[in-house]
Amino acid sequence: MKRFTGFIKKEFYHIFRDRRSLFILFGMPIAQILLFGFAITNEINNVDIAILDRSNDVNTQEIIHKISASKYFSIKQIITREADIASVFEKGQVKAVLNFEKDFSQNLIKQHQATVQIITDATDPNTANTISNYVNAMLQQYQKELNKNIKIAYQIVPQTRMVYNPELKSVYMFVPGVMTIILMLVSAMMTSISITREKELGTMEILLVSPLKPFQVIIGKVFPYIFLSIINAVVIVMLSVFIFKMPVQGSLLLLALESVLFIITALALGILISTISATQQTAMMISLMGLMLPVILLSGFIFPISSMPLPLQIISNIIPAKWFIIIIKGIMLKGVGIGFIWKETLILLGMTVFFIGLSVKKYKIRLE
Amino acid sequence: MNNNVIEVKNLTKTFGDFTAVNAITFEVKKGEIFGFLGANGAGKTTAMKMLIGISKPTSGKAQVAGFDVFTHAEDVKQSIGYMSQKFALYDDLTVKENITFFGGIYGLSRKRIEEKRCELVEDLGLKDIVNQLVGALPLGWKQKIAFSVSLLHDPKIVFLDEPTGGVDPITRRQFWEMIYKAAHQGTTVFVTTHYMDEAEYCDRVSIMVNGKIEALDTPKKLKEQFRAENMNDVFLKLARSPSPTLTNGNEVNTDKN
Repeated sequence: MKRFTGFIKKEFYHIFRDRRSLFILFGMPIAQILLFGFAITNEINNVDIAILDRSNDVNTQEIIHKISASKYFSIKQIITREADIASVFEKGQVKAVLNFEKDFSQNLIKQHQATVQIITDATDPNTANTISNYVNAMLQQYQKELNKNIKIAYQIVPQTRMVYNPELKSVYMFVPGVMTIILMLVSAMMTSISITREKELGTMEILLVSPLKPFQVIIGKVFPYIFLSIINAVVIVMLSVFIFKMPVQGSLLLLALESVLFIITALALGILISTISATQQTAMMISLMGLMLPVILLSGFIFPISSMPLPLQIISNIIPAKWFIIIIKGIMLKGVGIGFIWKETLILLGMTVFFIGLSVKKYKIRLE
Repeated sequence: MNNNVIEVKNLTKTFGDFTAVNAITFEVKKGEIFGFLGANGAGKTTAMKMLIGISKPTSGKAQVAGFDVFTHAEDVKQSIGYMSQKFALYDDLTVKENITFFGGIYGLSRKRIEEKRCELVEDLGLKDIVNQLVGALPLGWKQKIAFSVSLLHDPKIVFLDEPTGGVDPITRRQFWEMIYKAAHQGTTVFVTTHYMDEAEYCDRVSIMVNGKIEALDTPKKLKEQFRAENMNDVFLKLARSPSPTLTNGNEVNTDKN
């Protein structure tokens, strides 16, 4: 045991003295989560919109004026026919169209209620959502001003319509995705690099000649990364909760356990990579090409799996990240318990056992 | 009582069709400096890797420090020290941390490591550099420290794989003084090299050609046998000869099967 703790201490020296790996370890997760977070920002500025005003009365003019006076929107186009809505979206000229119903003012006076439709382009779901919230807020404010001097309140009813992606499928998807990428990167790439580094330097040989057992060497090498990956997972969840106000609906404990499972999957992959690569460079390339790209492209993080061609949909099944994303999405966004994600958990567990078995086998062969 | 610390009989290693080590047989006595010579690719590193337990022999027998390398590899490991051609220490650890680490993996107590470290600092004059990162030290220093580290746990035998590659002649000379000192204290030294002048420093040398040991004796006797002025000539004569039938009745332990 003492041999082992000495080993782990040495591993931490390696990590903390190498600026490059320190950056990958801690700079990357923070940078990525902030980048993704702010790229999909909650703030909007000068968003181009179009107006379809079929009543053209005092109220609609006031609303339009209010909107165009704000810094959030700029009115790019005035259209006159409902049929034009589709075409302005298709041309990508505007992000939203405000569609005032006919006889807006009259409806307000007579029925105390008038409707305006907010149609947004939801290919960028976060922006679409934000636009609709902003317009809503402005309409509410205008309504309040109107109602100051009258007895029966007027009501402006906004109807929101998302075109292209009505379910807003990728909202908040970046957090599970980034978390998956980071855990994969730190666990698999860093371990494979650190193991191959020992091979390259010749110290692996010294370790194997020592009384340390091969599995002790490997456990000693991966242990610090389990620890650091867990810290990373915690940092990511905290950033998303406190900076991006992303709720964690489900059990934190379950989230933690599932994350540890995925970390171990990634570590097993890292060990496997280290057994087949002789140099750090190779290990890095295999990690990037063999792990990162599939995680980014095929896990459903950025591109929805359901809209992929069939062969890619099938391939996506062998990517551990796909299952992990389903799991954490379930826990974080939908608040489901293990009852709903046991199947994915089992698949991930099976993969982990398989990868560990495979790397143990490979590792033995290498020692022959 | 048997005075041999290494006994090797018909040790063979094949990789597919290729026989890297072809039924070598030899013994090394306690306290001896045994030179294991051969050109690159002659099979000396493969042979040594079998003796230190990181490569499994295809056939044959080998005992190191009284333990069979097949069946008691773990016991062998505790009794031997090893220094690779790369003087492998951790560049990003200080000298002190390297000593602590390697002492630790051999199961030395903290107190013992401390003692050893003070001894080393004294002997090698490491006082000024003990807290420096190894990566910043010149090769000669790394080599000396790596050698001392391989002796930390007082092994019965120390295996040195081309220990003087890339260092200057003066440092090589100093290094051989360290080897003498270790041998004097009873440690058996098993050293591979391709510097033939270094072969002269060994008590006995074996010369491997194409996987076989073609000559084994003291440097003096080998020179007589091959009518050569120095070990370099011995080596060249052996390496150039197409067949192992050079021996002429002398008591030379060539490999017969």
